[in-house]
Amino acid sequence: MPTVTFDKATRIYPGGTKPAVDALDLDIADGEFLVLVGPSGCGKSTSLRMLAGLEDVNGGAIRIGDRDVTHLPPKDRNIAMVFQNYALYPHMTVADNMGFALKIAGVNKAEIRRKVEEAGKILDLTEYLDRKPKALSGGQRQRVAMGRAIVREPQVFLMDEPLSNLDAKLRVQTRTQIASLQRRLGITTVYVTHDQVEAMTMGDRVAVLKDGLLQQVDTPRNMYDRPANLFVAGFIGSPAMNLVEVPLADGGVKFGESVIPVSRTAVDEAAAAGDRTVTIGVRPEHLDLVGEGDALAKDGGKGLAVTVNVVEELGADGYVYGTAKVGDESKDLVVRVSGRAVPQKGEVLHVVPRSGETHVFSTSSGARLSD
Amino acid sequence: MSEETVEASAAADAAPVVPAGGQAGAKAVRRAFSSPIASFLVILLTVLWTVPTLGLLATSLRPESDVAQTGWWTFFAHPGITLSNYHDVLFNGGFGVQNGLMPYLINSLAITVPATIFPLALASMAAYALAWVRFRGSDVIFFLIFALQVVPLQMALVPLLQLYSGGAHIGSATIFPSLGLGGTYAPVWISHTMFALPLAVFLLHNFIAQLPRDLIEAARVDGASHFRVFRSVVLPLATPALASFAIFQFLWVWNDLLVALTFAGGTPEVAPLTVRLAQLSGSFGDHWEILTAGAFISIIIPLAVFFGLQRYFVRGLLAGSVKG
Repeated sequence: MPTVTFDKATRIYPGGTKPAVDALDLDIADGEFLVLVGPSGCGKSTSLRMLAGLEDVNGGAIRIGDRDVTHLPPKDRNIAMVFQNYALYPHMTVADNMGFALKIAGVNKAEIRRKVEEAGKILDLTEYLDRKPKALSGGQRQRVAMGRAIVREPQVFLMDEPLSNLDAKLRVQTRTQIASLQRRLGITTVYVTHDQVEAMTMGDRVAVLKDGLLQQVDTPRNMYDRPANLFVAGFIGSPAMNLVEVPLADGGVKFGESVIPVSRTAVDEAAAAGDRTVTIGVRPEHLDLVGEGDALAKDGGKGLAVTVNVVEELGADGYVYGTAKVGDESKDLVVRVSGRAVPQKGEVLHVVPRSGETHVFSTSSGARLSD
Repeated sequence: MSEETVEASAAADAAPVVPAGGQAGAKAVRRAFSSPIASFLVILLTVLWTVPTLGLLATSLRPESDVAQTGWWTFFAHPGITLSNYHDVLFNGGFGVQNGLMPYLINSLAITVPATIFPLALASMAAYALAWVRFRGSDVIFFLIFALQVVPLQMALVPLLQLYSGGAHIGSATIFPSLGLGGTYAPVWISHTMFALPLAVFLLHNFIAQLPRDLIEAARVDGASHFRVFRSVVLPLATPALASFAIFQFLWVWNDLLVALTFAGGTPEVAPLTVRLAQLSGSFGDHWEILTAGAFISIIIPLAVFFGLQRYFVRGLLAGSVKG
């Protein structure tokens, strides 16, 4: 199985001046499951279609292994693609759908039948092989689309939001199936989704795109723990990270009534950029409640006062959606609390970020500052 | 019948693009048309429309003496059926005319079938290329083809005839050789194909361009060349459009007199049924029973083609292909 390389690959749609994908640099390792994620219009699908050969590349190069495929037609790239709407051939049976690529490649009939049946067994489609797509449910159609891809044993799998047409429960189930299937087959896979939960759960690595620009590529863990900029910080994680703009203070930044320590270099970097504030990011689970007479309270003030608006109880824990006054403006915050001690609406909580779990970003550039 | 309903409902499921207002409107129209008064009116109109054809059939089945003495409607009170008119008109001729219609019937088929298949094959390929192959100037070409429809074919008859018989020359340079096709079917096939192409390309393009983009792309990723996509994906899904155009073209060529008379002439070797029927109405003017039999023969074949191709008008061909 080969690697996939995007080398400054750029796509500018005809009639436009702004690139839909702007000098994308991406190295995908052999057998890796890479997820492209981003909001709609960020260029993730375009990137995938460039790799598939369905979209022209206006600059840079794309390589599969050592082969430059930048301007090759799709049929010469040895890739398989699963489309968002499955795009099954409606006039062919399930077996013919899955065997179509092999038939074109000139594989003999018995061999095709054997491979199709094998794939049918893996995907639990054996009894539907002679049906037409119209007689299948949404989940079954999705599996046929998967089957069409795996029967070919391609060099690279491309998947364009293959789960977005399934209902929520089936989506979670299929998510795991696809991930384990990919691990079993060991085929290099590029997977596009707008759902960051899918990205975090499925990918070996995740690439976040915004406005055609690559923001960060990293493992899901690192993506969560060390987002490279404000956009990634706000995009990855559910509920989203709390991002609060706070003024610089002596020895750190002022967070409500507390002063949280921030590394010297970070403060220097912010000052060098001419900023008087930095943006602090804290995940909902890293905001600790400060009780009266608490050790934390004695330590450094009472933290930030949050008025509870809504409480979402999820059983094991709950999320508190509240408003805090930061500087002159009020700011919405999310705090995770234990499911056993859920505050009431209207209560005022005092929260401080857990030490070592804060992310500091430059307010002007949005980039992460040194820890 | 039940199968049709299933297809129709499947099509409705697969077409979420239809706005709710459109569906409600369609329902209202359907309700208005299914009212008893509307049904009665439609039946009445249909019967009125069919009466002349029925008279044609009745006359063609009556003996000569009956036709001469009484109207065709008396046929139902005093039925006397004979097939001798058909035998006469097909094989015997007589009354100063030599052969029957049979050779002309064969000619008609020999002209019509290729003159239907050629434009269908060419136009579907052109339509695919114009709809799905990106190349510079495809829009201009499509527009020009569409614009060709405004040229009346009568304008082209004489220049084409000159081209076929003498070729085209500028000074002594030959641009197009004289092919010596006189007395063959070829000029008629070529002319009908030319006259049919603009409309055929236009109709089929509109249908083929409506196929889901992902479906074409899926086939291309699966390794299919353009020709393979066309043959294995586009053609099977375009059968309703192909069938309807085939019927149009078949009827048009079958009923055509002008083009055939111009390019094939009136000789028994190549002239189609229409040419002969026109001659018959001159020479057999008084022999209604012979004329009606000939006319009925020329009706029955397009009818057979229509009913034969009708099963390709299937709705919901795309059901189950793409979602959303």
